[in-house]
Amino acid sequence: MLSALLLFAAVLGVILFLASRVRGKRSDTWVGYLYLLPVVLLLAVGLVYPGLRTVYESFFDAQGSAFIGVDNYKTIFTDGDQLSVLGNTIIWVLIVPVVATGIGLVYAILVDKSRFESFAKALIFLPMAISMVAAGVIWKFMYEYRPDQQNVKQIGLINQIIVWLGGKPVQLLITDTAKLNTLLLIVVFIWIQAGFAMTILSAAIKAIPDEIIEAARLDGVSPWSMFVKITLPSVRTTIVVVLTTLAIGTLKVFDVVRTMTGGNFRTSVIANEFYSQLIRADNQGLAAALAVVLFVLVTPIIVYNIRQVRQEA
Amino acid sequence: MFGLRGSSRSRVALAGALSAGLVFSLAACGDDKSDSSGSTDAASAGIDCSVFSQFGDLKGKTVSVYTGIVTPEDTPQKKSYEPFEKCTGVTVKYEGDKSFETQILVRAKAGSPPDIAYVPQPGLLQQLVATGAAKEAPKEVSDNTDKFWGKDWKAYGTVDGKFYAAPLGANVKSLVWYSPKDFKDKGYTVPTTLDDLKALSDKIAATGSKPWCAGIGSGDATGWPVTDWVEDFMLRLSGAETYDKWVKHEIPFNGPESTAAFNAVGEYLKNDKYVNGGLGDVKSVASTTFQDAGLQILEGNCSLHRQASFYAANFPQGTDISENGQIYAFYLPGKDATTKPVLGGGEFVLAFADRPEVKAFQYFLSTDTWANLKAKASSGWVSANKGLKIENLTNPIDVLSAKILQDPNAQFRFDGSDMMPAAVGSNAFWKQATAWIIGQDTTTTVNNIETAWPKK
Repeated sequence: MLSALLLFAAVLGVILFLASRVRGKRSDTWVGYLYLLPVVLLLAVGLVYPGLRTVYESFFDAQGSAFIGVDNYKTIFTDGDQLSVLGNTIIWVLIVPVVATGIGLVYAILVDKSRFESFAKALIFLPMAISMVAAGVIWKFMYEYRPDQQNVKQIGLINQIIVWLGGKPVQLLITDTAKLNTLLLIVVFIWIQAGFAMTILSAAIKAIPDEIIEAARLDGVSPWSMFVKITLPSVRTTIVVVLTTLAIGTLKVFDVVRTMTGGNFRTSVIANEFYSQLIRADNQGLAAALAVVLFVLVTPIIVYNIRQVRQEA
Repeated sequence: MFGLRGSSRSRVALAGALSAGLVFSLAACGDDKSDSSGSTDAASAGIDCSVFSQFGDLKGKTVSVYTGIVTPEDTPQKKSYEPFEKCTGVTVKYEGDKSFETQILVRAKAGSPPDIAYVPQPGLLQQLVATGAAKEAPKEVSDNTDKFWGKDWKAYGTVDGKFYAAPLGANVKSLVWYSPKDFKDKGYTVPTTLDDLKALSDKIAATGSKPWCAGIGSGDATGWPVTDWVEDFMLRLSGAETYDKWVKHEIPFNGPESTAAFNAVGEYLKNDKYVNGGLGDVKSVASTTFQDAGLQILEGNCSLHRQASFYAANFPQGTDISENGQIYAFYLPGKDATTKPVLGGGEFVLAFADRPEVKAFQYFLSTDTWANLKAKASSGWVSANKGLKIENLTNPIDVLSAKILQDPNAQFRFDGSDMMPAAVGSNAFWKQATAWIIGQDTTTTVNNIETAWPKK
């Protein structure tokens, strides 16, 4: 440990020393490249190589010893279990960004300039501070099921409410009719992410120049057309960035699923399935293929995201 | 974008200061080693130090141990090493990690394995040997294993005819937890055959209460308790030889044997009249954690819960776990009263180094001396070591387990899912068994597991 740190310090030292020696007209550029060097090297070793290696391994069998072509991909797109994994991921990525951004936007507008603004914002932002695993555990209790029997008390809030309303307790996380359990997991993720959307969007709303708003007020616009004609267009790029960021986060969702159902009862998603294939099933090839699929799905969103950010800047 | 317009010299100074600060603060974190040598009061009473002289002078040497045994069970472990440390001057560096089973493979493959690992599954043991990093057990350990353990146990530590790992601890899985007090009050008797068990279940069900409580929830590992049920019934209905073939995939997983075992288990776990006391309908078996399920016995909501010996630790502190107390367990009976198949598990001591001090420690762990030291130091631990004196065990469940293991009629078999390839043993079998509990039929279930078996 210590020696690794010393090595790190030594490498840094050498780079800084070399940088201080550079003289001449274009010295700033050279210093820039010199500073980039370790980053580029580390990216190559820590990101590019493993990425290529993963793609390579996705064409091999479980032990990574025999070349099997695209069989792993075939499994992902034909096997019943794997198809349900893909389907769930699509449901997640369609619902989470839209709903979380929607809630965040509406909330940001509602509390904007109200008396309790910071308190109200803190309330919705707090879940962000909770780790996904902890959130999973908390919500597992919310959904907990106990039978409808005399000496048995409900310990899950949702089922207790159902019982109060005169219903029968439901095994919420097991029921996959109409994808109920997947939707309930999505609720947890939205609960965490809405605060993020709200914070960013609220900042964007505050950045709308006061003159525009005042001018609109003088023209006597209704609150609704204020929202549609002034607020929405002004924060459009921010909404896109929030949507795409959330979409990327959603594609990678893992902790919530793993802590709450472990991917059982047809709730698994790609990131979780990738983990369980690698660690539990010891199937390197399929795990690598799943990782590649995840990568392919994320890439266009990232590209779009970067372009939006660039346009804004 | 940060407006870097200062001279390059001041930039250098700043960066240098920052990195130096980073180094020091990280170094401060890295050096904080936990002090594991707690009590000095060694229980070294009467151990023979001379046996270690054959390994030479070991003073000042260190042996690192990596295991999945974590608090609180690690305290008696460390304590039982003290006599060895005192005798030889070797320091045992103990590292417990909950994610041992995945990390040990990573470490072995990456070339930084510990000296000794306690491997809880023969399947994992084979994977570790396949990495080429493991060392064969020294002759002294092999001799001890011949002397103190049955042939079946030695075979589990053997890979491709070479003996690698001696057994350490053991647990008995073929147990049914019940309340002796409740049984006495209601006039039930402990069953001695499978038919008796069925009759007892029917008798309890006839009173209007659910006889069994079961839970297979275990987070990521949900489903494994069903595999134990299936293995127990496989062993009972088809016999140990067939069981061995089944584990090695010499007979198909969707053959009549496993179908029969699943169906027999289904008569209990998928029977609305039998489950799930205090927890709901059959489906609640899937949503209840295995830790929670058995506690229903204390609530009086069910009478029987099938789970391994380690389940004793799940009952709240102060629960009277003894033959005539609130909670106790009985041996899950065989087909008739004379056959005694036992399903169980255990850990094996695998070495990745063959330095003398490592060998000496391996030797120490394989003796009856250590087994008895450990027995005195702990509660909730048992070994199949024949030199283990039952009177040294304090916990009634340990005594029961040791008696079951040492019964001359006992036919011990290791947990099957732990020996099958990971794609089956820790993935398809768990997943499909969970799907089976919530409604999937037996034929689909066994077919799906058969398909998951890796093709050779």
